[in-house]
Amino acid sequence: METTATERNVNVQLEPARPLAGAGSGGEAPSVQASPRPIIEIRDLMLRYGEKVALQDIDLEIPERRVTAFIGPSGCGKSTLLRCLNRMNDLIDDVDIRGQILLYGTNIYDRSTDVVALRQRVGMVFQKSNPFPKSIYENVAYGLRIAGTRRKNVLDAAVEKSLRRAALWEEVKDRLNESALSLSGGQQQRLCIARAIAVEPEVILMDEPCSALDPVATTKVESLIHELSQRYTIVIVTHNMQQAARVSDRTAFLYLGRLVEVGPTEKIFTAPAKRETEDYVTGRFG
Amino acid sequence: MKALWRSGDPFVWLAGAMLALSLLMVAGLVLLILVNGLGFFWPRDLERFTLDGGSIVVGEVSAREAIPNPGASPGTPVRYRIQVKRGDRDVFGSDFVWIDESNIVRRECPDDLVALERREWGNFFGTISAVRHGSVAVATGPEAAWRALEDRLPEARRLHEEIRSIEKQEIGANNYAQERARLARRRLELRGVTSGPEVDEIADRIAALYEQYGASLKRLERLRQAQNTTLVAMTGDGSTIEIPFDNLVRAYRPNRMGTLEKAGFYLAKMWEFVSTDPRESNTEGGVFPAIFGTVMMVLIMSVLVTPLGVVAALYLREYARQGPFVSAVRIAVNNLAGVPSIVFGVFGVGFFIYTIGGTIDRWFFAEALPTPTFGTGGILWASLTLALLTVPVVIVATEEGLAAVPRGVREASIALAATKFETTWRVVLPAVLPSILTGLILAMARAAGEVAPLMITGVVKLAPALPLDGFFPFFHLERKFMHLGFHIYDVGFQSPNVDAARPMVYMTTVLLLAIVLLLNLAAITIRNRLRKRFRLAAV
Repeated sequence: METTATERNVNVQLEPARPLAGAGSGGEAPSVQASPRPIIEIRDLMLRYGEKVALQDIDLEIPERRVTAFIGPSGCGKSTLLRCLNRMNDLIDDVDIRGQILLYGTNIYDRSTDVVALRQRVGMVFQKSNPFPKSIYENVAYGLRIAGTRRKNVLDAAVEKSLRRAALWEEVKDRLNESALSLSGGQQQRLCIARAIAVEPEVILMDEPCSALDPVATTKVESLIHELSQRYTIVIVTHNMQQAARVSDRTAFLYLGRLVEVGPTEKIFTAPAKRETEDYVTGRFG
Repeated sequence: MKALWRSGDPFVWLAGAMLALSLLMVAGLVLLILVNGLGFFWPRDLERFTLDGGSIVVGEVSAREAIPNPGASPGTPVRYRIQVKRGDRDVFGSDFVWIDESNIVRRECPDDLVALERREWGNFFGTISAVRHGSVAVATGPEAAWRALEDRLPEARRLHEEIRSIEKQEIGANNYAQERARLARRRLELRGVTSGPEVDEIADRIAALYEQYGASLKRLERLRQAQNTTLVAMTGDGSTIEIPFDNLVRAYRPNRMGTLEKAGFYLAKMWEFVSTDPRESNTEGGVFPAIFGTVMMVLIMSVLVTPLGVVAALYLREYARQGPFVSAVRIAVNNLAGVPSIVFGVFGVGFFIYTIGGTIDRWFFAEALPTPTFGTGGILWASLTLALLTVPVVIVATEEGLAAVPRGVREASIALAATKFETTWRVVLPAVLPSILTGLILAMARAAGEVAPLMITGVVKLAPALPLDGFFPFFHLERKFMHLGFHIYDVGFQSPNVDAARPMVYMTTVLLLAIVLLLNLAAITIRNRLRKRFRLAAV
């Protein structure tokens, strides 16, 4: 990987992020391991907003460099679970979280964790695209500037790389200084993806990234997800089962705050083990 | 009928009518001010009136009215009288005189009447007969005298400017340096040092400065002696006076001037109005120091109010825990906008001037005491008082802008590993900048017009120097200053020569409106450009 490293002090002991050996020049097409080890392990997670219990008894492993999908009916807690992975739920008042979430073996809910550094390693793309009211260039460069990068040539290179990886470069390369709000909905969402990958996270969380997009833009984003999964670990929440089936390698089905079943996507959709899973994927409810 | 009511049309018409009425009132006000003010500088023809009984009056016609006659029986013809500005206050004692129209025997506009603007005693209207240099007559007769006048007046004015410049710059700098040396000596005295090398050095400095002062005085004396040309002139009723050229600002013969010439004259007078210092107790000359003081005060106030208001709004909305306390603070801030401005002035005097200013004086300027430096009114305290006055406006406008920033944008920033402060600084603040400018526009408009709090916190009728000049430290924030709003009040109601001053009041009002308009337009342009660049919602 190129050295656009964060200059923050991370006071969490973590194992080295990923094997640099196979990266080569510029890091195109890294090797895919045969059986991926888990990058995130969720152990016995419980989350409560005030009196209401939103998640309970969640035990889950997210494999490295695969696409994992959370599916389930509205209100089942999939977005909440996703937001736990980068501690975005901390922003809400009156929330109580118990349990552990291990990122490469270290609990991110430990007292000594640097939350800000965590979010640099676990990025997020939101349901409704939210580009900053700045130029396209400044949007993508934002995370890098936050991390302390200032040299123009470094930023230029990183912005171009991220926009290429987000399949947006060709469309915007001539108008990087225009407002990001002048892009279409699908372009804005891809911009948000570019923005998220510019800081070279290890995990990208996507909260229903295509729900506000038209089918053409959705297809573009889905193929993008497929490409990105070769380099990043992706966790995607979707209420669109067909999308989960198209895009993910593993699927977790949640219902009423509990993890009902998790497994390879094919198995979940063709031969689910639990009755509730089968009812949901065949469309009997939800 | 009911259908008409339900459709809402009557209210739409009513709203339109009210809007039209408001616009008409504003337009009417502006028109009134313009008509009364803009005609001020147009050179009017001079007329000579020969009255019943032989007396002659020469001057400009300034007003005409019906003679009030309460006891008359209905049907008596109304008699009129005209007000003539005949100038020559040093001869007659007053500028204006009323003449009964029925007393006028002859009324004519002779070509040779001359109008002179003087630095003292106001205008002169009459005829000129000779120009003298010392005791030697250089030109005699009205035509020759006029030509000599035209020739020599520019030189005389240049000499006057040079004298003024020596007085203001050279001698002014000298005085300033002497004052600082004296203060330095006093500072040493306060520390207990009354002799020794430091004291000697200061004494030497003062001696050197005094010598320079003497040299400057000598130069001034020479220049003044060169300025001994005089003009011999005659008033309407025959008395002769001698006017030194040093006292002349302008000379013109309005009865001979064509429209183009008069237009040129008008523009010259307008320029003089906005660029020179006032004369004659603010009833003549220009208002430049007042313009300067107003603009500088508004700018200083803007610099003070913007961080104060923006940070307060940010705290109220982004950082404070929403609850009854924060709501109470918000209500208090909104009510602050309703406090009468004179109360702010009193607060300014008590807190800023006496308490803070007094403390600053004791700590830093003890050598100047008992003369207060910051412990008295000044442009800093006046700007601070007005900043307090207008801070609620900025807070409210900024809060509105903050509410309009979409929530997702803040989340996105946090998800990119920014802290809350970084999010506020890099994303929220730039997005809220147009709203801050809106608040600033409203604040500037309000501040430029407030006079009451300024009167007690630092505005004066005539300031000896501008708050910004060439002497270190360049910004003299402790100085008193002049202000257009106060100038209007002073000229209109406190001047010794109200009739002469009235048109000046209107002109100054036009100027104040124009300045506020310009400041607002500048801010609006910046705001629009920001909005367009980032497609922000219009708040």
